[in-house]
Amino acid sequence: MMEAVVVPMEHGLLLAGFLFVIGLLGVMARRNVIFILMSLEIMLNACGLAFIVAGSAHGEADGQVMFMIILTIAAAEVVVGLGLVLQARRRFRTLDIDQASQLGG
Amino acid sequence: MNLILFYLAAAISLGSTIMAVTRYNPSHGLIYLIISLLASAIIFYLLGAPFAAVLEIVIYAGAIMVLFVFVIMMLNLGARGDETEHRWLNPAMWIGPSVLCVLLLGEVVYILLQTQQTLTGAAISPKAVGLELFGPYVLAVEISSMLLLAGLVGGYHLGRRFLVDARSGWVPDEADQ
Amino acid sequence: MGLTWVQLIWLVPLLPFLSFLTLFLTQGRLPRPLVGVLGAGSVGLAALVVGVIATEYLGAGNTAPVSVQMFQWMNVGGLNPSFGFIIDGLSITMLCVITGVGFLIHVYSTLFVLEEKDYSRFFTYMNLFVSAMIILVLADNLLLLYLGWEGVGVCSYLLIGYWYEDASNGRAARKAFIVTRIGDGFMALGMLLLFTHLGTLEISAVTTAAAATFQTGDTIPTIAALLLLGGACGKSAQLPLQTWLPDAMAGPTPVSALIHAATMVTAGVYLIARMHDLFLLAPVAQLAVAFVGLLTLLVAAGTALTQNDIKRILAYSTISQIGYMFLALGVGAWSAAIFHLMTHAFFKALLFLGAGYVVYSLHHEHDIRQMGGLARRLPIGFASFLIGSAALAALPMTSGFFSKDEILLAAYEHGEWGGLLWAGGALGAFLTALYSFRLVFIVFLGPTRTEPSAPAGWLMGGPLLVLCVLSLVGGFIDPPAALVLPASPPGHDAVMQWVTPAIPIVGVVLAWFLFSSRSFSFGDFATGPGGALRRFLYSHWAMDWLYDRTIVRPYYWLARINRSDAVDYVYAATAGITRVGSSALALTQSGQLRWYAGTMVGGLVIFVAILLGIL
Repeated sequence: MMEAVVVPMEHGLLLAGFLFVIGLLGVMARRNVIFILMSLEIMLNACGLAFIVAGSAHGEADGQVMFMIILTIAAAEVVVGLGLVLQARRRFRTLDIDQASQLGG
Repeated sequence: MNLILFYLAAAISLGSTIMAVTRYNPSHGLIYLIISLLASAIIFYLLGAPFAAVLEIVIYAGAIMVLFVFVIMMLNLGARGDETEHRWLNPAMWIGPSVLCVLLLGEVVYILLQTQQTLTGAAISPKAVGLELFGPYVLAVEISSMLLLAGLVGGYHLGRRFLVDARSGWVPDEADQ
Repeated sequence: MGLTWVQLIWLVPLLPFLSFLTLFLTQGRLPRPLVGVLGAGSVGLAALVVGVIATEYLGAGNTAPVSVQMFQWMNVGGLNPSFGFIIDGLSITMLCVITGVGFLIHVYSTLFVLEEKDYSRFFTYMNLFVSAMIILVLADNLLLLYLGWEGVGVCSYLLIGYWYEDASNGRAARKAFIVTRIGDGFMALGMLLLFTHLGTLEISAVTTAAAATFQTGDTIPTIAALLLLGGACGKSAQLPLQTWLPDAMAGPTPVSALIHAATMVTAGVYLIARMHDLFLLAPVAQLAVAFVGLLTLLVAAGTALTQNDIKRILAYSTISQIGYMFLALGVGAWSAAIFHLMTHAFFKALLFLGAGYVVYSLHHEHDIRQMGGLARRLPIGFASFLIGSAALAALPMTSGFFSKDEILLAAYEHGEWGGLLWAGGALGAFLTALYSFRLVFIVFLGPTRTEPSAPAGWLMGGPLLVLCVLSLVGGFIDPPAALVLPASPPGHDAVMQWVTPAIPIVGVVLAWFLFSSRSFSFGDFATGPGGALRRFLYSHWAMDWLYDRTIVRPYYWLARINRSDAVDYVYAATAGITRVGSSALALTQSGQLRWYAGTMVGGLVIFVAILLGIL
């Protein structure tokens, strides 16, 4: 069993934070729905990273368990999301998220 | 040595993520994203979570991203898609989101710089994870399996060739895939 | 001890009230004779009970008031009036007048309104009125008095507007009600002031507490007394609230006799007499009472001189005579005022009923210019008017003579203003004699302008005769009110005692010369010499015009410009702002996914900033 690297926890969490914010930027700024879904994946991955860092900080397996659950969620979400993208493409003939605004008031 | 590796992987991850978000071609963005995920896997391994690292590569980069690739190929965007993307992604678009994200980042940094804790440096074997998973977290496992079932059924239904709209009588024509 | 009948005082207001309830609930389904018996009989029974009680109370030689408590009316915030009645000389005097004269008028009206289709309604209202008036004079606290006060006001309105199909009668009724309401407002303020400072509204407690708390001439009792005077002016039709009484003649004649001559309009006099201790603490207010009375009696007498409607002449005469009562109260001749109240009830009711008698025979013709020479055709009417006018003019040995002269002599004895008050009163007496005998001579002497039909029966004639007797001998009755009220200053001046009775005689003689000659005609009233003066006097010294211009029209104008109700704008503005805010906020529901994501992140930033304490 190899030895893990000893890094200040805030560096790991900072990395996770940066990745999360970049993903958030992608969600807010991109109009193509594919890129929005990609950015969501980035955000989920950042959360997983944060969990792994926390688990390593305590020396417990809980972090990795949580990461697995996040992975499961991401998988299910992507499946449904991409299915919706396909249907939306057939209906609206476009991948522009701004076109799907019929629920506005 | 591992320390340098850690920071290098972190840099790669950051850089490729930024690239992924700012590309015009979705396939390019996807490739950059895969690279970012691989860098994350390396970080996981360095932090003493080999199981998570392997899962990251196999499932996240290997299944989920591949699914993305398939869908993008199905959508068949092509060069016209790139032009559209150019139109949509003008620099003015970045201002508002950037401001908000910088503020959020500032707050996150502010919080994080107040703590001082180092990692334990112990590696956690897959066996420990397995024991943990089917011990205290067995309920989570069951629920996750149901979630996957739901995703499966939803994906099957939504991915069918076409769905007829009963109310408006919309029937897809030849132009639909 | 032994005053058992006195304990049954509650029967007196109850009997007319039960009759009212019966007639009200049966609503005209009873046959007319039964209605008449109920209506007049209940008042008659009440008069009988009053007689018994009076005999018992006065026979025992009592001077102390007897208080009979019925039940606790309310107990709220320190105010706990009871439904209590007080029996003393003053209330017994008033009760005798109300029930006695009231009974005669009820009997009279069983024949007078016989042809009306709403026969039962008339007696319903009349009985309610009598009941309310009795409560007014029996009340031992001001709140119960106010109950009776308002009750008589409502009944006055209902009865003036008895013939409601004619819109002008409704207007007259509303005018009466609104003008008296203004007075009632003043009275309520006065009551509130008294309650705030003295903590009670029970009359005996108020007088003792006032004597203990205030010095003579203090501000509070003066203001309270002036406010009560305002209320009395409204109900008793004195300046400046007297404009309603002439128009109130739109009601049937018995109504005018009972309400607007004998009883309701004397309620103000009764109030001031009852609260005499308060007025003694406020000499300014008492002087104001005297001057209000003086001015009113002159204004009304002047106007009566020019009127042509038989009932309106009597109405102005009533205003003028109540002015005398106010004058008496103002100079401290308290018992003289009540004495005059009693005699005035007799002869004014006699005059009004006599007028009704004449009008009935002439098929409801009211204009005296169409009457004449009725002395031989309607002897009872002639006798009524002759005796009534003699008493009104205070010719010697009539009842009016004793009461009015007592007032004038007491006025002369007043310290500062005695001369002026006496002179005004004497001028008023002269004018009174003049206009009352003008009426008598024009209607009963001279050529016959309208042929009367057969005179009315004994139901109308009987009460007239009784009232004739009372008007003649009533002056010799000593009203027991004198036991309650402070003594009037006796008249000393021998010269005055001869001059004062002589003045009305001069007036009668002048009236004979002016109005009874065969060559008298009504021409040149509006034009001709003195026409402007005649028109001014005829229009009630332009008071109606003044009120119309200064109060009624501005009020209508205000109501018109506020038709869309400015206060409503506040509420409409609330709704409007809500609507504007709603549509503004609806803009945030754009339906754009990225906008929602952006707002979520923005909210997150702010929230975390607050949590960190940055914000």
